Amino acid sequence: MIGPYYLQLLILIGINTIMATSLNLILGYTGQLSIGHAAFMSLGAYGSALVTLHFGFPFLPSLLCGALLAALFGVIIGLPTLRLKGDYLAIATLGLGEIVRIVFLNLEITGGAVGLRGIPKKTTLLWVVLAVLFTVFILNRIIRSRIGRAFIAIREDETAADSMGINSTYYKTLCFGVGAFFAGLGGGLLAHYMRYLHPNSFGFMRSIEHLCMVVLGGLGNMWGAFIGATILTVTPELLRTVADLRLLIYGAVLVLMMRVRPQGLLGQPLRNGIPLLGRFFQQARPKL
Amino acid sequence: MLIQQLINGLILGSTYALIALGYTMVYGIIELINFAHGEIYMCGAFVGLILVTVAKVPFIPAFLLAMAAGALLGITVEYLAYRPLRQSSRLAALISAIGASIFLSNLALLIMGAKPYTFPSPIESKVYKNSFFVISRVEIIVLVSSVLLMIALTFFVQKTKIGKAMRATAQDRDTASLMGININRIITITFAIGSALGAAAGVMVGVYFRTVTPTMGLMPGLKGFVAAVIGGIGNIPGAMFGGIALGIAEVMGAAYISSQYRDAVAFALLIIVLLFKPAGLLGTNAQEKV
Repeated sequence: MIGPYYLQLLILIGINTIMATSLNLILGYTGQLSIGHAAFMSLGAYGSALVTLHFGFPFLPSLLCGALLAALFGVIIGLPTLRLKGDYLAIATLGLGEIVRIVFLNLEITGGAVGLRGIPKKTTLLWVVLAVLFTVFILNRIIRSRIGRAFIAIREDETAADSMGINSTYYKTLCFGVGAFFAGLGGGLLAHYMRYLHPNSFGFMRSIEHLCMVVLGGLGNMWGAFIGATILTVTPELLRTVADLRLLIYGAVLVLMMRVRPQGLLGQPLRNGIPLLGRFFQQARPKL
Repeated sequence: MLIQQLINGLILGSTYALIALGYTMVYGIIELINFAHGEIYMCGAFVGLILVTVAKVPFIPAFLLAMAAGALLGITVEYLAYRPLRQSSRLAALISAIGASIFLSNLALLIMGAKPYTFPSPIESKVYKNSFFVISRVEIIVLVSSVLLMIALTFFVQKTKIGKAMRATAQDRDTASLMGININRIITITFAIGSALGAAAGVMVGVYFRTVTPTMGLMPGLKGFVAAVIGGIGNIPGAMFGGIALGIAEVMGAAYISSQYRDAVAFALLIIVLLFKPAGLLGTNAQEKV
């Protein structure tokens, strides 16, 4: 039907779409700049892989365990750090991401620097497609509900949202928890597809990759996250013929993209002459 | 033992402080996390290495030339990747900075290959011992030259006319430009100085740890930024203090807690500081920024 190479590409596109849409909830809809998304992914990946290996959980419950573990950490991490804004939140999430990676690198149960081997291969294209549909459906329902409107209100102006009676701490933590849940789901799928996990594959660059997918596709747009994930998964493959130049071109494309179309491919239109992004990031400027 | 660790921390911290200065100066003026700064540090180390090993330039001119090359690279990155985005959102500039960082580290990887290079020792190694601690000549050089560079920077920012213009630009860009300050020129100068300091740190780390690799910029770059935030970003004495505090904390953590969690110490310290003093240890709300 489809060759193993294209199958792998499709599965990776699916997993990256889950990662990008979940980050889009945090960044695009709620306006919280998080660059530690790979940490949630690694929590989900290790969580689900470990329950499969040690307790023999079936696939679906193990995915759920990983996702819930990631969500739990999202809430625990979110409660203190979400008091920070803009760049400071970004740095704090970056730091937490690195800490999670280093802890996994040194724990006995995760295999440490050797990595975790022998995870059974359970992820199929069907499971990935179902997971993507589930993620997009749930996130869409959230965004179009009262909760989603609260998220967007926080993005637009946190002070104004607070004064309208929106408990911004509660909603920001909720958003982190939900985002982390789906990131963990993506991680669990990856773990049962790759069959091997190493903490360094969930480092800083992985988080940056997710960030770039969301930004490339356009913030605050579900289709944008999907398109961004597809482009950034496929482009490195197309560039494989010039393998040495691959990341070089990747970097140059990011710089050029920001010059030509900074709001992303499907970015939201201008509002009052000010790009939407510019608005909420100006507002998130730390007061020095 | 404790004094020895303090000295090791001080030396490591002084290189972090030099990197942090580049971040903090740029952030003070254009409020951008210059992600490419770690790569400028790496390029500085490579330029120094090539000059010393291939061109057989003596160490001190090679050091200065590496700083000049770093400054040039910093200006180029600013001109190509940041200047066109001056009016767009800060996230766009941040992504562009990340793109520049990926580009530069892979360019170095392409040109130099992935294998680590050994930096030859510029002077005969000699170790000074007393009953409290051991310090090598190289370590003294690293420490002394960092301190000299920091003193020179402080003098420049506080006493010269350009330094004054930089401080004015950091406080309020629009007003500064109304006062006849050429903002673009000041931003270029800021990038040049910050990048030169980063390149200097690269050469020093090369001499100190004896190895240079194309990927060496990532971790020290992140830690330099952490140091800048700990001290209070945008604040020059803060970056120096933050760098040294981070270096000492890291060495102490490695020595007394666990050497495996060495890198985690830096980030844990960052989060603790951010939670209790979000503006950094030396940052205040009405602080002076450069």
